[in-house]
Amino acid sequence: MKIVIPARPAPQASLEPLSSELEVRIRKRYHNPEGSFNLNVHFRALAGFTILFGPSGAGKTTLLDCIAGLTPVDEGRIAVGGEDLYDSEKNKDVAAWKRRIGYVHQDVALFPHLTAEENVAYGLRTLRAAERRSRSRAMLALFSIAHLRDRRPAQISGGECQRVALARALVTRPRALLLDEPLAALDRPTKSHLIADLRMWNQQHRIPILFVTHSGEEVFALGNEVIVVESGRIVAQGQPHEVMRAPTIETVAHLSGFENIFDAKVVALSKARGTMTCHLMPCQQITRESITGESTTAAPDPCRLPTAAVELETPLVRANIGLHLRVGIRAGDLLLATVAPQGLSARNILPGTIRQLVQRDVMIAAMVDCGGAQFEVHITLAARDALQLVPGKAVWVVVKTHSCHLLAM
Amino acid sequence: MNWQAFWLTVRLAAIVSTILLAIGIPIASWLSYSRWRWKFLVEAAVALPIVLPPTVLGFYVLVALGSRSPIGRWWESVTGHSLAFTFEGLVIGSLLYSLPFAVQPFAASFGAVDRTLLQASASLGNSPLQTFRRIVLPLSKAGLVTGFALSFAHTLGEFGVVLMVGGNIPGVTRTISIDIFDQVEAANYSSANHTALLLLIISFVVLSIVYGLNRRPWAVGPWR
Repeated sequence: MKIVIPARPAPQASLEPLSSELEVRIRKRYHNPEGSFNLNVHFRALAGFTILFGPSGAGKTTLLDCIAGLTPVDEGRIAVGGEDLYDSEKNKDVAAWKRRIGYVHQDVALFPHLTAEENVAYGLRTLRAAERRSRSRAMLALFSIAHLRDRRPAQISGGECQRVALARALVTRPRALLLDEPLAALDRPTKSHLIADLRMWNQQHRIPILFVTHSGEEVFALGNEVIVVESGRIVAQGQPHEVMRAPTIETVAHLSGFENIFDAKVVALSKARGTMTCHLMPCQQITRESITGESTTAAPDPCRLPTAAVELETPLVRANIGLHLRVGIRAGDLLLATVAPQGLSARNILPGTIRQLVQRDVMIAAMVDCGGAQFEVHITLAARDALQLVPGKAVWVVVKTHSCHLLAM
Repeated sequence: MNWQAFWLTVRLAAIVSTILLAIGIPIASWLSYSRWRWKFLVEAAVALPIVLPPTVLGFYVLVALGSRSPIGRWWESVTGHSLAFTFEGLVIGSLLYSLPFAVQPFAASFGAVDRTLLQASASLGNSPLQTFRRIVLPLSKAGLVTGFALSFAHTLGEFGVVLMVGGNIPGVTRTISIDIFDQVEAANYSSANHTALLLLIISFVVLSIVYGLNRRPWAVGPWR
């Protein structure tokens, strides 16, 4: 007997490389617990991973819902592979179930009354039973969950549920894939396995994958391209190392791990040396909690008013004297010395006093008060013991010029 | 013990609860998913039989089925006899009377199905109707059983509507509750007690099944 029925058209990605592009231009008013916002974005995603990065409430999930057709859009155009899924001008709006866009929800959403295999085969309704089984079994094997075939979602672990959900979305060969923080609940080894599996699959099936996260780590692990979304708008876009290593926007800075952020004023420019001097200002330091909506342990104290001038030499940017800007410094980039250091290339050596030592796992976060500006410095347990650091001890904080990242205000 | 009345009542309840299963599911799904702004009026109308005196409901059903109403005339032209004081008339009256006891549990269980499951199903290429059949119905099993059992039990014990619509014709419209009434009227307390006790036991068993099922709605639900 011959089995025909290619129920869905074969993917065209291999024939026409450009056809797998996802184009999104959306305007939509949306509501979240803090109020209502305008989602207003325009971007293209090529085959491969595109990271949507931003704080909670920025509109990332709403954006995915719009693309999937699960929530109405006010205005714009959504197209995949050149085919319109939504176009307000042409009055076109393809129903969600006809869009062929894979979507893995944040809370996985496995069907609780079906086994893992039935869940994976769910989207293959139009195929014959034999074909359905062979395809879903191949996908279960690819994600190393073949042994869970006959179990229900309640009987398998969180990481395994994520795998089933991914397999269920991928087995239908969608034209684009939307992943809403699919790794958020997983431990690190499980995460990196899953990322490897996803990458492997994506090498064979070149489709655009929009991947929502607010973990900076995942951005580096996955992205070819990162789009930073804040309050419904795209505020930065580019390759991860460009966007994340030299963040120009404060949200990115907090999310990507700048523990020290200071308001500063440019007081001197030295074009010849490629540096400038910034005067740290009293500031209301924004805690990470207010940005990501997640509490982090021991958020840095708000800085107090500097009693003495604290000046930092930073890289030169196009700026005038008197310009206000923000300086971001990673806590891991700072050094502590118990005697005044000499013969160092680092240009900023700031005397201060240890206020507090907080242990986080195998790391110590030292809060150092340098003339009113409070720095968070990350050191090892061994360093603390070797230097006999205790609160109240006088230290010097060493800051390299190029560890100072200038952020727009 | 009037076994004729007993079996008539069981037959009535079985027919009514089966029909309610068929027509209650579409009504309940409309009530759970519709965003129509006047939906509350329909909800109120469906709930009416809960608060209305059965005689009031019975009176209007009788009027609607009578030979002066269009429905009654249509039925007479098709079957050659009137709907009032027949078993068919009794079924129609009971359907209205027990409607909320089926629709409300159905609608509650449909509404309790996690919306993201419906979205996931849509993203996997299933139309709303397919999603309803493959996801909503299986996950609403407990609600469906509850609605079926409650409408069955409720029909078993009805009195006012039956008396108004069906009268008291042995073998045609005389149900157990009317039989009990007749026996009490005739001061036949021992026989009334037997029948009443049987009704009590059946109702208790049916309700026990319902509450037993709802104790653990889904052993493998995500909301556990």
